[in-house]
Amino acid sequence: MSIEANRIAADAGKLVYDPQYILMVKDLKKHFPIKGGMMNRAVGQVKAVDGVTFNLKRGTTMGLVGESGCGKTTTGRAILRLSGEKTAGEVLFNGREVYDLSHEELRHLRTKMQIIFQDPFSSLSPRLPIGEIIGEAVREHKLVPKAELDDYIDGVMDQCGLQPFQKERYPHEFSGGQRQRICIARALALNPEFVVCDEPVSALDVSIQAQIINLLNDLQEEHDLTYLFISHDLSVVEHISDTVGVMYLGNLVEYGEKKDIFDNPLHPYTKALFSAIPIPDPDAKMDRIVLEGSIPSPADPPEGCKFHTRCAHCMERCTHSMPQQKEIEPGHFVVCHLFDDEPEVEDAEPAGA
Amino acid sequence: MSSLLEVTDLHTSFFTDAGEVKAVNGISFFLDRGKVLGIVGESGSGKSVTAYSILQILAPTGRIVSGSVKLDGQELVGAGEKAMQDVRGNKISIIFQDPMTSLNPTYTIGHQLMEAIMLHTKRDKREAWDRAVEMLRLVNINEPEKRMRQYPFEQSGGMRQRIMIAMALACEPDILIADEPTTALDVTIQAQILELMQDLQRKLGMAIIMITHDLGVVAQMCDEIVVMYAGSYCERGTAEEIFYNPKHEYTKGLLRSIPTLDTMGRKLQPITGTPIDLLNLPEGCPFAPRCDAAMRICIRQAPASMDINEFHKASCWMNVKALAETEAALEDDGAADAAETPEGGDAK
Repeated sequence: MSIEANRIAADAGKLVYDPQYILMVKDLKKHFPIKGGMMNRAVGQVKAVDGVTFNLKRGTTMGLVGESGCGKTTTGRAILRLSGEKTAGEVLFNGREVYDLSHEELRHLRTKMQIIFQDPFSSLSPRLPIGEIIGEAVREHKLVPKAELDDYIDGVMDQCGLQPFQKERYPHEFSGGQRQRICIARALALNPEFVVCDEPVSALDVSIQAQIINLLNDLQEEHDLTYLFISHDLSVVEHISDTVGVMYLGNLVEYGEKKDIFDNPLHPYTKALFSAIPIPDPDAKMDRIVLEGSIPSPADPPEGCKFHTRCAHCMERCTHSMPQQKEIEPGHFVVCHLFDDEPEVEDAEPAGA
Repeated sequence: MSSLLEVTDLHTSFFTDAGEVKAVNGISFFLDRGKVLGIVGESGSGKSVTAYSILQILAPTGRIVSGSVKLDGQELVGAGEKAMQDVRGNKISIIFQDPMTSLNPTYTIGHQLMEAIMLHTKRDKREAWDRAVEMLRLVNINEPEKRMRQYPFEQSGGMRQRIMIAMALACEPDILIADEPTTALDVTIQAQILELMQDLQRKLGMAIIMITHDLGVVAQMCDEIVVMYAGSYCERGTAEEIFYNPKHEYTKGLLRSIPTLDTMGRKLQPITGTPIDLLNLPEGCPFAPRCDAAMRICIRQAPASMDINEFHKASCWMNVKALAETEAALEDDGAADAAETPEGGDAK
C-alpha cells in the first residue's frame, strides 16, 4: 500500500497498514441471522463476534482465549473469510483487505493463510489416503511441478514427524496425535505465512499435547510462521503465545503482551478466568474468583458492558454504556469502565495505529 | 482398620472379535471415609473402566475376570445383580463425564431426580418431590421448583452437571465417583463445580473418587492419587508424594509435559510415542516402549509394586536400581534414603 493510499485510508478513519503487522483487525463484527417466523425472515442476530480489534506481528503467536461460545472460533474463521461476508470492520492481511478480494485473488491468498481445525477425527476425509490429503491442495494450486510432488509431500511429512511410507494409509489407521500431525502437514504443505490453530491440542492427551506444541514451535521457527492460537486451555496459551487476547461474548476485552496479561491482568473477567485455572501443585494456594452464573446468550447480550451481569466491580455506567478500548500501558489494551478514572486518555488515535 | 472401599488386583477385560482387551489389568487401591482419591491417566488407560467395574455397569462384552472389590468389608464381585442394585445410587453413585448426554432428554428434570429417590428410599411421590427440590437447592440451582418442571435441553452445561450431582447425592451415598466431571465444561464453570463438590464433601462427609486427566484438578482436590497406565497403576500415594516425589518414569513424564509457569520459554518435554495397544500387552513393563530410562529388565519382566515409603507405592525398576546404588554408596542407610536419591543421574 502506498503512502498516498495510507493517507487516504487514515482520512477515512480506516486502518493504516503498518508492514510490521501481518494481520490487522479493526472492529471486526460477524453476526448470524436467526431465521424464524412465517416468512423465514431474520428475527434476530446472534452477535458471535461483536467488535474485535488487534494487530498481529509477523512471526509471532497470538493466543486467543475465552469460554466456549465467546466467539473465538468465529473470529478465526472470519479473519480467513471462511464464513461468508463480515458484518462490519476491517481485516488487513499483508495490507490488503481480505473481504475486498475477488474470487481469484482470494483463492490465491488461501495458500498464504491456513487453518488447523480442532478435531483431528472429523477434519480429515476418511476416504483419501493421507498422501492425497496433504498433497491435494498443493497440486490444485500448482505450487510444485508434477514430477516433484511426491518428493515434496515426503519432505513435508518428514518435517511434521510422519513417515513417508505411511502415505498410502487412511486416516482411521492413525492415532489422534498423528492425525493432528497430518492436519498440520496439510496446512504447512502450502507454505503459508499465517496459520489459524483452532484448539489444535484440545482433543489430545497431555503427553501427546506436548509433542504437538513442540512441533508447532519448531515449524514456526523454521518457516517464520505467524499463528493465531485459539484455545481455552490457558496454560497452553501461556506456553506458546507472544501476545494474548481474552474474549468474552464476542468482544476482545483485554489484549497485550503475554507477560502483561498473565502478570498483570486488568479486566475483571481476565482475573476471574486466570484464577479459575487449577494449578498442578497441591500446595499452591488458590484465590479462586468464582464467577456467578454462566455466559449470557450472544443472541440477546446484556446492554452496556457485556460482562456486567457477572462482574464483581459492576458500576452504574457499566449497565448502559459500552466501554471503549484503552491502552493502559504500551501495547496493553483493555475494555473496561474501571479504567475510565485514569487521567483522561486521549482516544483520538485508533488503537494500535 | 479396614477401608471404606478396597479394590484388590482387579482385572476387567472386554471380549471383542479382535480378542481380549485387557482394559483393567490388576489395579489395587483403597479409599477411606471422607477422603478424595484421584485417578489420573491418559485416555484408554482404564480409569473409567475401573469405575464401571466397581459399580458393575460394564458394557455387555465386558467382564470382571478376577480380583475383589470390597465395600465396607462386603465383597461386591460376584455379589449378584440384586445386591448391586442396592449399592448403586444408594452407597456408591456416579457422575458421568458428559452432562449433555447423561440426562434423558424426554423426561423432566424432576421426573429423573424423583425416579432415583423413589427407587432407593421409601419416600412417596410428595416426599420425593420435596427431597428433589432440596437437592437442587443444595447444589445452588436457583428457582428449583421451576427447574423441576423443565427439560434437560433448557439447561446449560454447568446446570446439567449440577443436576447430575444432585441426582447422585440424593440418596446420601458413602462414595461419589466423579468420572471426568468437569472435562466438558469451561474453566470458569469448572471452578464453580469443583468448589461445589468440595463444599458438599465437607458438608456431607462422603468420599470421592475423582477420575480425570487434568493434573491441575487433581492437585487442587485430592488427598490421594492413583496414576494409571495400561490398565494398572504405575504409582499411587498421597498428593504431595506424587507431585513432589514421583517415582515412576510415566508420572515424571506427565508432570514434565504439562505447560506451567516454569516451562515458559523452554521446550516442553513430551512423552514420546503413543499409548499402548491393550490387545497386545507386552511382557515387560507396559510403559517401557515409551520410557527414556528403559533398561533391559524393563522389556523382559514387569516390575512389581514397590513400597517407596508408608504413603507411596510405585511399579518401576528404576527404584530398585536407585535402591541398589544408594545401598552400595551408604551401607548403613537403607530404604529411607533411597527415596530421596536424585534420579536424574540414574536415568542416563
